[in-house]
Order: sequence, then structure tokens, then C-alpha cells
Amino acid sequence: MTPVTPDVGSPYVDPVRRDLMHRKARRDVLVASASLVAFVVVAVVFVSTAPGWPTVQELFFSGESFSASIGEVLSAFWLNVRIFLIAEPAILVLALAIALVRGTSAPVMFPLRVIAAIYTDIFRGIPTILLVLLLGFGVPALNSDGITNEPLVWGTVALVLSYSAYVAEVFRAGIESVHPSQRSAARSLGLSASQTSRYVVLPQAIRRVVPPLLNDFISLQKDTALVSVIGPIEALRQAQIDSSFTFNFTPYVCAALLFIALTVPMTRFADWLNARAAKQRNAGGSA
Amino acid sequence: MTHPLLVVEQVHKAYATNPVLRGIDLTLDKHEVVALIGASGSGKSTLLRCVNGLESIDAGRIVLGGTVEVSALDADLDVVRRRVGIVFQSFNLFPHMNVLDNITLAPRKVLGQQRAAAEITARDLLDRFGLADKAFGYPDRLSGGQQQRVAIVRALAMDPELMLFDEITSALDPQLVGEVLDVVRELSESGMTILMATHEMAFARDVAHRVCFLDGGVVLEQGTAEQVFDHPRQDRTRDFLARTRGR
Repeated sequence: MTPVTPDVGSPYVDPVRRDLMHRKARRDVLVASASLVAFVVVAVVFVSTAPGWPTVQELFFSGESFSASIGEVLSAFWLNVRIFLIAEPAILVLALAIALVRGTSAPVMFPLRVIAAIYTDIFRGIPTILLVLLLGFGVPALNSDGITNEPLVWGTVALVLSYSAYVAEVFRAGIESVHPSQRSAARSLGLSASQTSRYVVLPQAIRRVVPPLLNDFISLQKDTALVSVIGPIEALRQAQIDSSFTFNFTPYVCAALLFIALTVPMTRFADWLNARAAKQRNAGGSA
Repeated sequence: MTHPLLVVEQVHKAYATNPVLRGIDLTLDKHEVVALIGASGSGKSTLLRCVNGLESIDAGRIVLGGTVEVSALDADLDVVRRRVGIVFQSFNLFPHMNVLDNITLAPRKVLGQQRAAAEITARDLLDRFGLADKAFGYPDRLSGGQQQRVAIVRALAMDPELMLFDEITSALDPQLVGEVLDVVRELSESGMTILMATHEMAFARDVAHRVCFLDGGVVLEQGTAEQVFDHPRQDRTRDFLARTRGR
């Protein structure tokens, strides 16, 4: 029997091997589907046969309550979105400034370096909800003229303080991940330390930290609900109000669905960016 | 009487408690091509990094052009680096910029050139070294030899008086070494002053006006290629050359 020689350009696959591979693929799909169906059946049976299920269904998944409250919760959710949209750019700017200050080495910058380090330690160490309470009730108690007592403002400020401490560390990790030889190369061409940062180190560092940054922002989207503890009526607060009027918890489920609707696209986007970055790293792996 | 372009005088340098340079003396005249040879760890790279001010020294003096003391604690190193180009073993191109931006960044930001003017210079240089079609390519799309030639062009775009080459072919596949050495050869023929650390003995013999053998942190022996390679006076030099024979 003469060996089959493939024509140039089309890959050659052994037909017997291909047949086996197809059969294995079909079997894998079958097993996965069967396993999924079994799991769903068990879960549904377990939940629906629980003695309290009719009550839970009425209290959390009432269609009537849902349609009654979704409008109000949705319009309150707009406040969460606005808090997020204002806090996010402020966090990025503040965090980058802190990361840059911490990366300097000039003696004059020493006091700023110390302040930045203390800032990170303090605001990363305090639970966000506690910071919201401290600012929301503490600042108005000062009774100062010219400083707003608006809880919404101080709630947002608390989120910015807490998250910028985290995000600054993300930026710092990104900056430190750029190989020192890049800095050497830039300095050897006569670029100053700040030019080196701006044109060589930061562009590479920021590209690398985009996926972890997105992760922090997904978390921020949810934490906008913490502002509710000092009064502003956002989605969670509105759901609480609605549910206390009707003795039904379905409004909470409304709020949960809205948060999911906002975070899932962003999560998928972050996953996609991560996958793309991994692919690029592999493609550019040969130095 | 003109000054030598570079004077290195009794330079000492240690990393923590590990002395690397222990009294280096070296002088380079304008248009001279000097090769530094010696075993790994003999201090070749460290010496080059000190000349460029990327490393500070512990004792001695490094003087550029008779007036600028590179080694002074208050030296303006940005000024030194405008006059001294360096090319590294590992290319160190900026991966987020295309070739043209890699080359024009320093002329634009350091020398204040207009983008158009900087790009004309860059394109001329790319043309001269056979890289004209790579202007808009990114470093990760280039071969090692092409990347290293771009790195040389990037240093040349600053119009330096002195070029330092730090084992620029050591990270390359053997079949790519030639194209990079051709660039160095052309530069030396055009009168560029070059100080290069190298393991390419045949190339050093061919191009260098003078060869310095570094051993134990000092220049143990120096002279023309013929003197050092064919009639070494020191036993250590003979040993080293015997071990690298065949290169």
C-alpha cells in the first residue's frame, strides 16, 4: 500500500483518527447534556418539594409585586449608575496620582510619599460601609459653613477614597511589572525620569492593568448600594421601602436583577480583554 | 592638542560587596573603535553602563570630551546620554510603539525636533540599514536581527558622538548575527567612535582598532587586534583566547 501524500497547503489528517475524534466529541456533548439535565431536575425537585417553597415563591417571586415595584426600583437604580459614573473617573485619577507619587525617588517628594503610603494603609484597611457611615454622619456634624451636608456627596466620596486606595495598588503593580531594562533604554536615550514614565512605562503598565481594573469597577458598581445606609434612595433602599409596605421581598429580587444586568456585560468584557491579552502574550512570546 | 573623547581613570565599582571593576583605565580617541573582550562577569557590561551613567561608580573618574565629568555626583546625566548612545544585548525596543515611533521618541522629546523632521531622519537611517519597509511594524513582528538593527538606528537618531555596544549579538540566532555586525562595520567605516563589549572574536579582530582584555576588573592587556590575539603577553589572556578558539 502506498502512503498517501497530502498536497501542499491542505493539512492531512488520518481519516480513521478523524472518525475517532468526531465520535469522541459527540460522546462528550452527550455526557455534558445528560449531566446538565440531571442536575437541573435534582435542583428543581429539591427546591419545589421543600415544605416552605409555596411561601418563598409568594414572598420573593411574586409577579404582582414585581410589576408593581420594578418601575420605582429602576428609576432609583439610575442613582446607582450616576454614583458609579462620577466615582469611577475620580478613582482613576486619584489612584494614578497616588501610584506615581509612591514610585518617585526624589528627596523632595518624601513627605508626599509618606502621605500616599499612609493613605493607602488607612483607606484599604477600613471597611467601605464603615467609611460611608463615618463620612456621611461625621462631616455634617462638623457644622462647617461652605461644606455640603448632602449624604449622597459624602457617600460617593467614601467610595472614591476606599477604591482609589485599592486601584492605586493595582496601578503600582502594573508599573512595577514593566521590566527595568525598558527604563534603562529610555534613560539611555536622554529621556528624563518623568518623560520615561509618561511615554515608556505608563503606556505599558496601564495596558497590563486594564483587566484587573475592570474587575474592581464591577465591584464598585455593586458597592454603590452601600451609600443607602446614610439615606440616599438608590435601588436597594427603594426595594427596602417597597418591601416594607407590602411585606413582600420581590422588590429585592428586582434590585438584584438590575445589578446583574449591569455587571454581567462588564464581566464578559473583562473576560474577553483577559483572553485577548493572554493570546497576545503567547503570540509575542518569542523575544 | 585635542582631548581624547573618553577618559576612564581608575574606576572602581562594586555591587553590594562584590567588586566588579577594580581600577579600570581606558582612553578612547575620536573615530576609534575599541573592543572589550573577557569572560562573562569580567566587568565589560558594567563598564559600558558606567560610561553612560546608568550605573554610578565608587571611585575614579569618567570624563567625556575633555570637559564633562560623567562620574561627578551632580553630573547632568541627561546631557551625557544625549552624546553617548548605547545598544543592549536584549534590544529593549519599546513594545507599545511602532519602529518609527521608537526611533523618533527621543529626538522629539529630548532634542525638541518636530515630528516631520525627526521622521525624515529616521526614515533615512532605516533606509541606510535596509529596514525601510519596517517603519510601521511593531517590535514583536520583527526578527531578533531586525530588532537589534532598529535599536542601533534608535541610538543613532540622537546623533551621538560615542556609541556603546553591549554584546549586541549575544541574544541572536547564529544566522542573524551577520546582519547586525554589518551595521557595526558600516558605522566604524563612517568614522563613528565605538566602544563595544563582544564575544565575537573574529569580528573584533576585523573591525577594532584596539582590543582590551578585561580580567578581574582591570584592563589586563590592550593593543592592536594582532598584538592581543596573535601575541598575547599575559598568561590569562592566552588562557581566555584558547577557551574561545573557534569563534
